[in-house]
Amino acid sequence: MSEPVIDIRVGADDFTVQSEYDALCSQNTDDGAVVFFVGRVRDINEGDAVKQLHLEHYPGMTETVLAELAAKAAQRWPLSRIRIVHRVGDFAPSDQIVFVGVSSPHRKAAFDGAAFLMDFLKTRAPFWKKETGPDGVSRWLDARQTDDELAQRWS
Amino acid sequence: MSQATIHVRFFARLREELGVSSLEVPFDSAPDLEGLTNWLTLSYPHWQSIFSGPMLKAVNQTMTRQNQALQPGDEVAFFPPVTGG
Repeated sequence: MSEPVIDIRVGADDFTVQSEYDALCSQNTDDGAVVFFVGRVRDINEGDAVKQLHLEHYPGMTETVLAELAAKAAQRWPLSRIRIVHRVGDFAPSDQIVFVGVSSPHRKAAFDGAAFLMDFLKTRAPFWKKETGPDGVSRWLDARQTDDELAQRWS
Repeated sequence: MSQATIHVRFFARLREELGVSSLEVPFDSAPDLEGLTNWLTLSYPHWQSIFSGPMLKAVNQTMTRQNQALQPGDEVAFFPPVTGG
């Protein structure tokens, strides 16, 4: 198999699922499977209403970590193309936060590769969320034990 | 001299609680990660309780769980467990 094509973007700009999907598929006759995940802002988190979400990151390290995760996924599964888009800045409920998409000749590799990328993105990539409620009070989110457990299933 | 220091950075909740996003620490005082952490909590005793919570560390943008030697000019970051995605 030839080298995987890996594309990673971190920034304020929104993304269009169709464009990301097209980039996974265009001039790609090798892959019969495409799996992608989109993460969005919810209006309720752990019982608290969310009016606004702020996403901070560690510029430089974020991109490096995501590139390393993509390379690891491509070593483990036959993934021809990997696209990761993660937004930072200020968001409202229903806004898109993250896109992770992979293409592969095979379905299981595509599903597993995409899940692996999301599980490790959530536990390794230096992003932090801060929510603001309708009362204007802000709080940083705590990391979830369940996210760590999901990442551990790949070891 | 910028060559003789360690660049320290803080992110997210940690940055807000400490009230500072970055600072320079003399390399002589921080030859390794443990030494750097000790120097910070000795220099700013009120940071001790903040530093005792769950915290991740990265040296030159690579996460590390163990103590390791530092070089002048290294960038060391302290931050809370991550919550992206």
